[in-house]
Amino acid sequence: MSLIELKDIKKTYVMGDILLPVLKGLSLKAEKGEMLALTGVSGSGKSTLMNILGCLDRPTSGEYWLDGAEVSKLDNDARAMVRNRKIGFVFQNFNLLARTSALENVIMPLGYTASHMSEKEMVEAGKAMLERVGLGDRMDHEPSRLSGGQQQRVAIARALVNKPQILFADEPTGNLDSHMSDEILDIFREINANEHVTIILVTHEPDVAHRAKRIIKLVDGEIADDVILEPTR
Amino acid sequence: MRKFRVLKNAVKAICRNPTRTFLTTLGIVIGIAAVIALMEVGAGAQKALQNSVASMGVNTIRVWPGTIVRGGVSTGAGARANLTMTDVEGIMKNCDSVARVSPIVSVRGQIIYGGKNWSPFSINGVSADYLEISGWEIEEGEPINQRQVDRGAKVCLIGATIVRELFDGENPVGKGLRIQNVVFKIIGVLKAKGANMMGMDQDDCVIAPWTSVKARLKGAGSTSVTSASSSTTTTTTSTTTASSTYTEGVSLYPPVSNSNMPPVRFANVDSLVVEAKSQEDLYKAVEEVSASLRETHRLAPDVTDDFNIRTMAEFTNFLTQQTKTTTNLLLCVAFVSLVVGGVGIMNIMLVSVTERTREIGLRMAVGARARDILRQFLIESIVICIFGGIVGILVGHGTSLALSKFMGWPVSLSYSAIALSVGVSALVGVVFGYYPAWKAARLDPIEALRYE
Ligand SMILES: Nc1ncnc2c1ncn2[C@@H]1O[C@H](COP(=O)(O)OP(=O)(O)O)[C@@H](O)[C@H]1O
Ligand SMILES: [Mg+2]
Repeated sequence: MSLIELKDIKKTYVMGDILLPVLKGLSLKAEKGEMLALTGVSGSGKSTLMNILGCLDRPTSGEYWLDGAEVSKLDNDARAMVRNRKIGFVFQNFNLLARTSALENVIMPLGYTASHMSEKEMVEAGKAMLERVGLGDRMDHEPSRLSGGQQQRVAIARALVNKPQILFADEPTGNLDSHMSDEILDIFREINANEHVTIILVTHEPDVAHRAKRIIKLVDGEIADDVILEPTR
Repeated sequence: MRKFRVLKNAVKAICRNPTRTFLTTLGIVIGIAAVIALMEVGAGAQKALQNSVASMGVNTIRVWPGTIVRGGVSTGAGARANLTMTDVEGIMKNCDSVARVSPIVSVRGQIIYGGKNWSPFSINGVSADYLEISGWEIEEGEPINQRQVDRGAKVCLIGATIVRELFDGENPVGKGLRIQNVVFKIIGVLKAKGANMMGMDQDDCVIAPWTSVKARLKGAGSTSVTSASSSTTTTTTSTTTASSTYTEGVSLYPPVSNSNMPPVRFANVDSLVVEAKSQEDLYKAVEEVSASLRETHRLAPDVTDDFNIRTMAEFTNFLTQQTKTTTNLLLCVAFVSLVVGGVGIMNIMLVSVTERTREIGLRMAVGARARDILRQFLIESIVICIFGGIVGILVGHGTSLALSKFMGWPVSLSYSAIALSVGVSALVGVVFGYYPAWKAARLDPIEALRYE
């Protein structure tokens, strides 16, 4: 059984009287441990698809099986639960809490479900994650004192602190220069290789997409191309 | 554990913008401070009232002569001058609920000691029971005894104010005090009571046996003394100036048991003060005193009372009511300012929700449910309000302390006010924080994340 299975997913936005179909019957499967890139020109529906995959949004129709469960019809609270347990997000603009230390940013998600963890365990988990992304010496720094690449690494640590099965990254390198982008992509590859976290990378840059193991190209809300660069073990 | 975590996060979020938090809470601080200061001043006034009632005697009943209405013209209370010692004896005999009775004869006038003179607020002639009835205690010296009353001895007790005004540091006991040119020996000093509830200085008084005041001082009672006593007055007055023994003199008021000779009576006394056996007996005592007076005055059943009875309770109730009304009115104003403060909180919370839209989106993306967001903002608003409330309590308490120090207002720490204030500020937090929190919880995570 696949980790992710989409069956004929459609998403249509309603703007007044106008129906705007963005995803037009999309089916795809992704396995555990894959690292795939969603590419396509701007407006092709990458973010829309990622929001559905990340349980932030619901499709208009179709089935979405995640880890053996149909999640497309779940209510808001249940989807929040799925996001907390199984999914991590990394955003283009980092989305760190201002005036909050790197460590506290990282352990923030634990506050919502990890009631079994003590304060100390949470801090330990956060520290381990920050060390994992190479920021062991920047725990107390606030985002304003970190470079873009460092901020994105804090964001990755935050996305991984809940030990999710899937990591979604929407244009994670969009705000970074090429050197920092490489750093971040290296971290993604490493996590994918060592922790077997499935990574879904949304990008319109072919260079970035080519660091993934599989590239799915969207054109106008439909899968135009699906290329496997490296097989997943 | 989780609750505590949420609380900690709220405190952190608030501390991220201290200036704004302070300005936000200002409305609450002012409102709560006003409530606390008012409640404390109100409670202080209430307590002062109780104290002064206690000092004036809670169980006491005052009897005044009634008014005479002649041709539609009222001559005012006390015009009749119809209270006599017969009434006192009648009350003592007939009324089971009465513990003690004392007549009061008041005069005005100057008192002189050494080179100084003073016009005391009151010079009262009373019986030996008066000190007990009115709750006076003796600071130094002796109280007035029955013998001195019987004999019309020229002795007196003075209050603390008079000691202060006439005797700088000197011990007044044993000294001669000139009252209206008659020298009275000071046998004791009264323990200070302070101001009464009308704000009059109770310690500015001279207390002497009523017989002496009636017989020896001018202007005692509404009518002049009988010829029998007035002749005595002249004699004793003249002797005083010559001789030095104050306590000796003719027996002006021999004991009643001496029935074979008609007792020397003075025409009237100004008022009576009656002490009931207990506070519960007060109303029964009023009835009994009234009945007794009607009997001694020989009033027919259809005739209205020719005297007025007043209890302290009526007066106290009136004053208490008055103080309460004033305090409540001011409290309403204070609560209005709390509501204004609450609106301020709501405003800032709404701004904060808008500003933190992305944070809300992020929290939702990492798994916060709508109710987690609601709780977060609600708790933030409650924490801000309680914080404001605590600062308000300190400011309010400080204000009332300052008032008591610089204005001499009585204040008393009101725990109920403190509890109420914390409760009210938490309530303000919930009421005015709910709408912004609800707005935050309703946000769509995708929109919120995209918000610039
Ligand atoms: N909430 C929305 N309401 C209406 N139209 C939307 C909404 N979100 C996205 N769209 C439209 O859907 C299309 C795809 O958007 P998006 O998924 O963000 O594309 P991409 O991420 O590939 O640039 C765009 O034309 C966009 O205008
Ligand atoms: Mg996009």
